[in-house]
Order: sequence, then structure tokens, then C-alpha cells
Amino acid sequence: MCLFQSVMNYLPKEVLEHVFDFLTSHHDRNAVSLVCESWYGVERFSREKVFIGNCYAVNPERLIDRFPRLRSLTLKGKPHFADFNLVPDGWGGHVYPWIEAMAKSGINLEELRLKRMVVSDESLELLAKSFPNFKSLVLVSCEGFTTDGLAAIASNCRLLRELDLQENEVDDRKGQWLSCFPESCTSLVSLNFACLKGEVNVAALERLVARCPNLRSLRLNHTVPVEVLQKILVRAPQLSDLGTGTFTHDPDSETYVKLKNAMKNCRSIRSLSGFLDVNGRCLPAIYPICTSLTSLNLSYAPGIFSNELIKLICHCKKIERLWILDTIGDKGLGVVANTCKELQELRVFPSDLYGVGNTAVTEEGLVAISAGCPKLNSILYFCQQMTNAALITVAKNCPNFIRFRLCTLNPIVPDAATNQPLDEGFGAIVQSCKRLTRLSVSGLLTDQLFLYIGMYAEQLEMLSIAFAGDSDKGMLYVLNGCKKLKKLEIRDSPFGNMALLSDMGKYETMRSLWMSSCEVTLGACKTLAEKMPRLNVEIINENEAGEDKASCDDRHRVEKMYLYRTLAGPRTDAPDFVWTL
Amino acid sequence: MPADLNLRLGLPGSDQTDVDAAKSNKRASPEKAEDTASNGVPAAKSADDHETAPAPKAQIVGWPPVKSYRKSTAAAVKKAEAESGMYVKVSMDGAPYLRKIDIKLYNGYSHLLTALEDMFKLSIEREGYKGSEYAPAYEDKDGDLMLVGDVPWEMFMSSCKRLRIMRGADARGLGCAQ
Repeated sequence: MCLFQSVMNYLPKEVLEHVFDFLTSHHDRNAVSLVCESWYGVERFSREKVFIGNCYAVNPERLIDRFPRLRSLTLKGKPHFADFNLVPDGWGGHVYPWIEAMAKSGINLEELRLKRMVVSDESLELLAKSFPNFKSLVLVSCEGFTTDGLAAIASNCRLLRELDLQENEVDDRKGQWLSCFPESCTSLVSLNFACLKGEVNVAALERLVARCPNLRSLRLNHTVPVEVLQKILVRAPQLSDLGTGTFTHDPDSETYVKLKNAMKNCRSIRSLSGFLDVNGRCLPAIYPICTSLTSLNLSYAPGIFSNELIKLICHCKKIERLWILDTIGDKGLGVVANTCKELQELRVFPSDLYGVGNTAVTEEGLVAISAGCPKLNSILYFCQQMTNAALITVAKNCPNFIRFRLCTLNPIVPDAATNQPLDEGFGAIVQSCKRLTRLSVSGLLTDQLFLYIGMYAEQLEMLSIAFAGDSDKGMLYVLNGCKKLKKLEIRDSPFGNMALLSDMGKYETMRSLWMSSCEVTLGACKTLAEKMPRLNVEIINENEAGEDKASCDDRHRVEKMYLYRTLAGPRTDAPDFVWTL
Repeated sequence: MPADLNLRLGLPGSDQTDVDAAKSNKRASPEKAEDTASNGVPAAKSADDHETAPAPKAQIVGWPPVKSYRKSTAAAVKKAEAESGMYVKVSMDGAPYLRKIDIKLYNGYSHLLTALEDMFKLSIEREGYKGSEYAPAYEDKDGDLMLVGDVPWEMFMSSCKRLRIMRGADARGLGCAQ
């Protein structure tokens, strides 16, 4: 043993702890805990932040047992495809047992971040009353709570700094939850209630803003009128992140002038969103802050026409993150390419979800962006059509993609120019982008693409596949080739038992696998579940909830299967239609 | 039987019927779109021909993959716009104050003009401006002053921001395009 190693062994625990303090990433901390027992011990007593990517992978008791000093917990519940209505209501992902367990064990919880979980009012009330130092609640894509639960948080969390509600389905009881913040609450740093549908007490809102000098981030919902926004901006010129409420008013009015002046005074705003109800002629009011904006989200503003968008973009030279609707058009994306040289992340959402209409972006817009924005590393792009040539050009222009998600509105559309599958185009992306960690593909795709993915996508952690591939080989290429794969989600693709069962051990190295409308049969799922006790293999069967499970034929194709590694065994809260094999 | 036997895959509804056979396990899209698409070329740029539209998006569950929150918010905005009425100011040259009307209440130009005549107790020129009557104009979303009646009614409804009933020298040369 060399001198260094022996010294490390005799370092007092306090020193080790101090060293570990510098390790902030979960990945590093996890690695450190595996070195030896003594390091495991020191690490576990000093860990304050824990991230659990699948709430059913481990149970709350085990978490608390290992990390008694836990202060900040991040939990994710439902599988990603739940976002697109593929997971029936009532599947699970309840946070209550976690809060209950932590409350009972005297955990000093300060932060809770949840994604795709079911959060009841009871859980919020328990949370609010059990943790006196609670500071930060972030709920993303959650459901199950009402404004009553928010009232409990507001009333009881005396040290609350952050209440951030992103894209949740909240039952608005039209109560006075905002008024429940006591006069003594002056610690708010971040308040986001943009997803709430009901009115809030604007007088209470103004008073709250006035007494919280550290407020940096405020996102209003669509019921807050412009007059109130203007007053809030006057009281809080220190804001760095603003989400407007409604943005419709007469551009000739006094309010507009006041708003413009108030905006000019907000020199710290770097991030802007909202505009749910917007009159495009009112946009010039925000031009003064556009020059320093780094993040702009106009994806909920269908009321802004292409030419108005373009005028606005021309002012936004420092934008790094841009979320817009495809109403911007290829031409508008060309303007973005010429103006936004600092752009890192672009998301272009479809504006016409129900009509037959033609969306306004094609491969041209994407190519323009790739050519004009050298720092681009993350993209979500909904488009009408795509070509291999365009994707190959994009791959050449932007080798730095970390996330690449392309969605053609027709899921199996071929190359618009050659009618060929889009294998070569996506293949170029994975070959060129060596740091790619997340990929979603669409369009006409064969097994060839998956061969490329298996060969080149060495850093890939998450892959989403829909209506693609020809045979089991496709899925096998991916499972064999992508060593860092954590999440694989597949729908409507011809992958079956052979692919599923070829390397069962692989699934213990991954967080989860979702397969729906594929060729996998019940028998194969049973085999997998039997051989791999540390996986939960769930069959989600909405139609046959009442049927006797024993009579189900093993040769039947399984409509929806979700499997994940777990230390907690089969879950106890599964509803009728979920069958854990 | 199609002339070429290759399983060349094109857009649903194109000539190769063996597309469906090869991809029989694929859900919804190919089968249902057969009726609407009539050629193999995606119709991104040709807005007029309904036949060449892409596969109906609403028929595949969860496609396009847009968060349900985003979908419901977009639907709510659309609904709000539909329910809120389209109130625009109406000014008449020489009148001391303006009026407001909900364009949504009218089913066409004729209906609208009749209502305006009624509201302002005047007669609006429909055939050609003769100098003594009024001509109806509107301000569109670009801020330009336009003659009422040139564009289809639905387009007018979505682009009209303000109405102005003109008379006198300003209106010379105008006539309603009814």
C-alpha cells in the first residue's frame, strides 16, 4: 500500500466529510460511497441531498435509514409516457408515504422536488406541519392537489423560500390560498403559480411582493391583469425571472405607458415567460428587457403572429434558451439563426394540435438554426417533414448536441425529398454528437437506425422510440450497444420476446423499460419476472381489469409493460389494472 | 396490384397497399390516413388541397407527444377566444363617440352592414361610392386601413381590429366589395 493510500485510511472522519462536502453531484457521491465501508459510512451521514429517479425503486424507510441527515429530496413517479396519456389514471406515484415516513422519523426536510407524482392535499398539509425548516417545494407535472393544499403550505411554512408549480393539473377551489401567506412571511425568493386556473387575491399578491425583498422569480397566472403586473414590477424591480399573466391591453392606454416604464426599470430580468393571452401589438413594451434576456418562453402564446415574433426576436441577442411555437415558421427560425448567437436550447412546439392544418416549420428551419447557432446543444423540434440531407447537415454543424428530440407530426413520414427512411439522417446525428445523452426519433425508421445507435451512441442515457424498426434486431442493437442506457421507452414498434429476453441482466443496469403496443407476450414477461427478482415487471391492462389473471393466455400480446429495477419488491399500492408479475 | 413489387414505404395512402401488410402491427396512423392522403409527398407547402394533408393527428393516442397539460392549456385558450366574443370599436367620421360591436354575432358582411346602418342611423354604400353615403373600412392586425368586404368573412373576423365608417373626401373611390 502506498503512502497516499495509508494516509487516506487514517484521515479522521471529519476531514473526509469536509472533502466530501465539495462533491455536489449525486453521481460523484454515489461513486464515493462504493469505495469502502468507511467511506460509505462517512458519506451516508453527511449526505443532505438525495435524488431518486423512480419512487418505486426503493422504499422510504430504506432512504431514511441510510441518510438520516436528509434535507433535500427529489422524487420522480410515473413513467415519462404518462405525459402523453399512455398511463391510466390511478397508476400510482403517491408522495404521501414518503412524507409520512420522513415526518415520523424526524427528518429535517427543507426541500422537496417532485415530478410526475400524485400529491394529495393531505400530503401537502402533512408536509407543511411536519417540517419547521421547510423552505422549498417544486412540483413538476404533478396532480391530485387543490389550492387548499397550497393554502396549507402558505399558512404553515414560515421559512418558505420557494413555491414553484410547473405545469401541474391543479383543482382550483378559488379559495384565498395566496392570502394565507402571513404578514410575517418575508422570505420568498421564488413564486410560480402560472399553472393555476383561478383568480388570486391581487391585493394580497401585491402586498406579498412588497414585503419580500429577496423575491427573484415570479410567475403569474393568466388571471392577473396587466395593471397589476405593472404595479408588481414597480415594487419588485429586482426580479430576474418573470412570468406574465395576461398581456392584453390597449397599446394606446396609460397602463401601457406605465408598464413600459416599469419594465425599463427592471434591469435584472433574464428570463421571461407567460403571455398566455396576448395581443401582439403590446409586445413592444418588453423590448427594453429583451436585450438582456437569456431565457424566453413564448410557447403558450398562440396569439403572437409570425411577424410580431420576428420583430421581438430581433431584440433578443443574448438568448440562450428559447421555447416557441411553430407559428414562427422557417423564416422566423432563419431570423433566430441570424440573431441569437448564444442560443443553446431551442424548443419548437406544434401550434395546431387538433386541426388538419399545415404547420409552419420544416427541415429548413432546423438547418438554418444549426448553421447560425454554434452553441446549440439541446433541441426539441416538432415539424411537418424532415430529410436525411438536412439531418446530416445539422449533424455536421452541431456536434455538441446533448439532447436531440425530433418529432414529425406524421410518425412514419419518410424523407420528404427521397422517400427513404430517415435512418441515415439520425445515424449522422448519433455518429457526430459524441456527447448525446438523450434522443427521441420519429419518421420512417428501420433496424438500420438502431444499428447506428448501438454503434455510436456511447453516452446515450435515454432513448424514445415510436412506430419504428422492423424486427427484434433493432431493439437488440440498442440493448447491446448503449452501455450507459438508463431509460428506454418504446411504443408501437415490432420488438418482441427475443429482444426482451436476450440480455435480462441489462435491465438491472437501467432505471426502467417501457414497451407498449409492441410484440411482447405475457409469457415472456412472466419469464423475465421469474428470472429477475430484482425487477418489477408491471403489466398495465386497462381493459381486462376484472378478468381472472390465471386464465390469461401466455401467448397474448401485452398492451403495456413497464419494468424497473427495485430494491423494494413488488409495490403494495398497485391498482387493479396493474399486475406485477 | 401495384406495378412495382418493392416494399418501398411511402406516406400512408400512397399507391403501395403492401405498406399496410408489412406494418400491420403499427397502430392507427397508416390505416386511417389512407382516406385522406392521395399522393406520396408530404403536403407541407400546399395549403389548398385537403387531400394531401398528413395523417390525422388526433387519432393516435399520445401523438404528437405533447404534454397533456400543454394540450389542455392550448385548448383552453382556443375556447376562451371562441367564447369571449370579438368586440371591436366602431367609429364614424364626425360622430362624437364610438360604439362597440361583437363581430361574432354576425354571419356575414350583409348582416354586419345592416346592423351598422341600424346602429348609426345611416345608409352604407354597397355598390360604389357616390359621395354622399358612407363607406365601411376596418383596421387590420397590421394596422392598415382596409375596405370591408374583400376577404372571406372568416378571415375578416380574425383580422379586423377596429371598424371605421368613412365619408366625405376620405372615402372617395371606395365602394363596398359586397
